[in-house]
Amino acid sequence: MIRSITQQKSIEEIERLTDGMGRIFIIGCGTCVTLTRTGGAPEVAAMQQQLTEKGKVVTGTTVVPVACDNLTMDMLKEFQNPLKQADGLLIMTCAFGVQTIARQISKMVIPALDTLFVGKETGAGEFNEVCLQCGTCIIGETGGICPVTTCHKGLVNGPCGGTNNGKCEIDSNKDCAWTLIYNRLKDLGRLDAMRKYQKPRNHLGEPTPGKFKIPASA
Amino acid sequence: MPSAFKKALDSGKFVVTCEAAPSKGTNLENMKHHIALLKDKVDAMNVTDHQSSVMRYPSLGGALLVKEMGGEPILQMTCRDRNRLALQADLLFAASRGINNVLCLTGDSVMLGDHKDAKAVFDLDSSQLVAAIRRLESGKDMAGNELDGGVRFCAGAIVTPEANPIEPQLIKFEKKIEAGAEFIQTQAVYDLDNFKKFMEYARQFPVKVLAGVILLTSAPMARFMNKNVAGVTVPQDLIDEMASAPKGGALNKGIEIAGRMIRRIKEENMCDGVHIMAIGKEEKVIDIMAAAGL
Ligand code: SF4
Ligand code: SF4
Repeated sequence: MIRSITQQKSIEEIERLTDGMGRIFIIGCGTCVTLTRTGGAPEVAAMQQQLTEKGKVVTGTTVVPVACDNLTMDMLKEFQNPLKQADGLLIMTCAFGVQTIARQISKMVIPALDTLFVGKETGAGEFNEVCLQCGTCIIGETGGICPVTTCHKGLVNGPCGGTNNGKCEIDSNKDCAWTLIYNRLKDLGRLDAMRKYQKPRNHLGEPTPGKFKIPASA
Repeated sequence: MPSAFKKALDSGKFVVTCEAAPSKGTNLENMKHHIALLKDKVDAMNVTDHQSSVMRYPSLGGALLVKEMGGEPILQMTCRDRNRLALQADLLFAASRGINNVLCLTGDSVMLGDHKDAKAVFDLDSSQLVAAIRRLESGKDMAGNELDGGVRFCAGAIVTPEANPIEPQLIKFEKKIEAGAEFIQTQAVYDLDNFKKFMEYARQFPVKVLAGVILLTSAPMARFMNKNVAGVTVPQDLIDEMASAPKGGALNKGIEIAGRMIRRIKEENMCDGVHIMAIGKEEKVIDIMAAAGL
């Protein structure tokens, strides 16, 4: 299942963003941020305590089941009063949730988290970014491993000179994409795919901001 | 007309290149001093492109300076900071000013440098940059549009003979040659028996190879490279030899080692020449060449 991976902003940044807001309503989410322990019930409770200690009034808190779902607005209906009393909403969900809420409630929204990437749980408590949704998928030639995402530089013709013992030059905890791809293609007996020169990528497969509409059937 | 460097490569002589590192700022005195000292001693001078992702005077400006001072520049170009429009435009500029040698590199990560929050580009990779140069030479740009006035370059790229694992590196090496690289500079090599094995493989390709030689300045510097520089391995016996140097004599020991290595590369006809990197000690290139009997 794909997950939105987040990290809590520093309390200093949250203080700066909520400066001048005396009353705050806090919203967490029961899905990805609960899994990553960045915006579930325990983190919302801890944030409430921290803000209270800093002298803010927390008018209410809730953890909605799926913040990015349009049903979130129904979930928030029962909090009309505390929401109304708040000067701002501190939202401990990924940015999809923050934007879902911002579109519906005319209040300043403050993201308490940084959304790092859309990733996949690859092991217990471990999440990895596997697709940047580039719009021109090329993993049919790389054994299903994405060089656009997995290689720090998005290189499509093989490793750079920084590759070191199978790891990436930026972090010895990150695998070099091209060692992974090489090993995979070797196992599959398809190193010819790696030998093929890849032309410069189309970086505008879907120009930002992406937009898609199901075509009306004829 | 082929560049002077290209002619040197094709002449069959043992080619020697070195580096000129652009300054941090507009005071070019140090670079001018190194260029004046070395331009007639070597076949060409590489001008580095924001080496290690540290912002500096541009390689294009440095290459122009080498040219104006009567030297033969090799313009280093990384794919880190410019998209394909900017890279092609800089190649046109270089060609228009008589800079006709280009070394194509991917470029280090922005994160390793001094502007860690900058946006990295990597629109192209090194092999695609080589191909772009060949494309411009055909009279068209990468989008297929006609150029008014052409270019001619001697284009090269890099290989790391000691990369681990080596096979993916060699596949990339072959792609660079297929894309049109005429010469290859290697990352620093210290284990020459290993390098010989690499050259037995590399010899089958129509490309000139210059072995990378980095001047060792102390035993700690050698250990630092082993730990921090990808694809560079200084064998223990060389580290011991550096450590055995008398107090204050480490640099001379490093010059002796570099000279000895170059002499052996030349005598055993291992490859087509050397690229000497005396990082921060460019004036010592003369001593290294003397120690090598060049
Ligand atoms: S190439 Fe990579 S980033 Fe692009 S769509 Fe395919 S998996 Fe996603
Ligand atoms: S070390 Fe590997 S993953 Fe990292 S930038 Fe280079 S090729 Fe990409």
